Amino acid sequence: MDLAEGVLGGDRLSVARALSLVEGQKPSERVAARKLLAALHSHTGRAHLIGVTGPSGTGKSTLVNQLARAYRERDARVGIIAVDPTSPFSGGALLGDRVRMRDVAGDPGVFVRSMATRGALGGLATAASDAVQVLDAAGYSIVFVETVGAGQDEIEIARTAHTTVVVGAPGLGDDIQAMKAGLMEVADIFVVNKADRDGADQTVRSLEVMLEIGRTWNLSDGKPGERTWQVPVCEAVALDGTGVSDLVSWIESHRSYLRQSGQLAKKEWQRARTELEALLQRELLSRFLSRLEPDRLEDIVSRIASRKLAPYEALEELEIG
Amino acid sequence: MDKIRVLIAKPGLDGHDRGAKVVARALRDAGMEVIYTGLRQTPEMIAEAALQEDVDVIGLSILSGAHMTLFPRVIKLLRENGMGDVIVIGGGIIPREDIPALQEMGVSAILGPGTPLKDIVEHIRQEVARASGERTGHG
Repeated sequence: MDLAEGVLGGDRLSVARALSLVEGQKPSERVAARKLLAALHSHTGRAHLIGVTGPSGTGKSTLVNQLARAYRERDARVGIIAVDPTSPFSGGALLGDRVRMRDVAGDPGVFVRSMATRGALGGLATAASDAVQVLDAAGYSIVFVETVGAGQDEIEIARTAHTTVVVGAPGLGDDIQAMKAGLMEVADIFVVNKADRDGADQTVRSLEVMLEIGRTWNLSDGKPGERTWQVPVCEAVALDGTGVSDLVSWIESHRSYLRQSGQLAKKEWQRARTELEALLQRELLSRFLSRLEPDRLEDIVSRIASRKLAPYEALEELEIG
Repeated sequence: MDKIRVLIAKPGLDGHDRGAKVVARALRDAGMEVIYTGLRQTPEMIAEAALQEDVDVIGLSILSGAHMTLFPRVIKLLRENGMGDVIVIGGGIIPREDIPALQEMGVSAILGPGTPLKDIVEHIRQEVARASGERTGHG
């Protein structure tokens, strides 16, 4: 069976093989992956993509497990991409998110794939957005992407997801301070998980205060009459499911807000642009390098390192300055 | 060679996963991507996880004595799923006299307590290389 046909027909083995292919790094795999993604492209764009991010230990996997269950009750087919870090020393990875996803383990309507970052920065795997396309094309109407435990800069997810859920927990006061810069700004919905623990109220309040300050600063952004989204702060106990149905309602309101405000089209446009630019960068660079005479680059690099040539002069010498 | 993906699973009801975790960690340190599923997995859950994760190898740790039913069940489900080429290795408490029968069923090796970790890594590397050689016809 043709792999693309298999994916479009929802065949799980085809989906699994397609996900391996888009992760593959061998040149032959890259070629096959491109063909596959091109064949799938016109069938994508139907799934709602939900990013789940936040510091380590806040309960992201457990929450995704509960959210997946809730969406299964609504008869959605659910795809999950769970990203864990690759060790920079060995190149290996321990992918443990499945341990917390037991409830959906036997369910044929849920497809869980663990991915290692394989050196990518930003909290996602390089192939995560391609993997999302595969699940979308295979008919999974809700796709969760769970990032690695993220702090400040791991905001790549906001470029991939339609709705970004940022998960925090009480007792991580300093982490929440740290989240101000990066994660605070990409959240569409905040969840304070483990809300049965001491200090949950305080965490919720401090988040609300920070969000309020953000709103005051950003007043000039909204044109009069334009609908804007006010980031809610939800409480949940992922372990027993408390607050999960509220969270699903918030995700659904964000989804309809995106549609009605025209933001969805804007996001899709922005994503297409970012993706195309990234492809161009990679492609043009490798073409340029392949046209250089052997050792030319090494020679120029050595001269820069020994301070005989400035990087900008190097550009001129390569005739692109 | 591509990244080797390994599923480490604990089927059955015993709750001792220290050995499984040590092996998982060693394989990670050897550069493999290890998917750990946690305790008390049914054969169906293991076969489904192996499919979704598209692994090359499954390591099953069994200390409950149920190895003669659990191994064949997992292998049968893998074959039904079109994953018959996955390499299955075992660990835990498995009597020596049962090993030939398990190998007959399709278990690649039983690497029980006391097996040096580097032997486990080596076994997996060799078997994966051999399997991928067979698939592409260069074996």
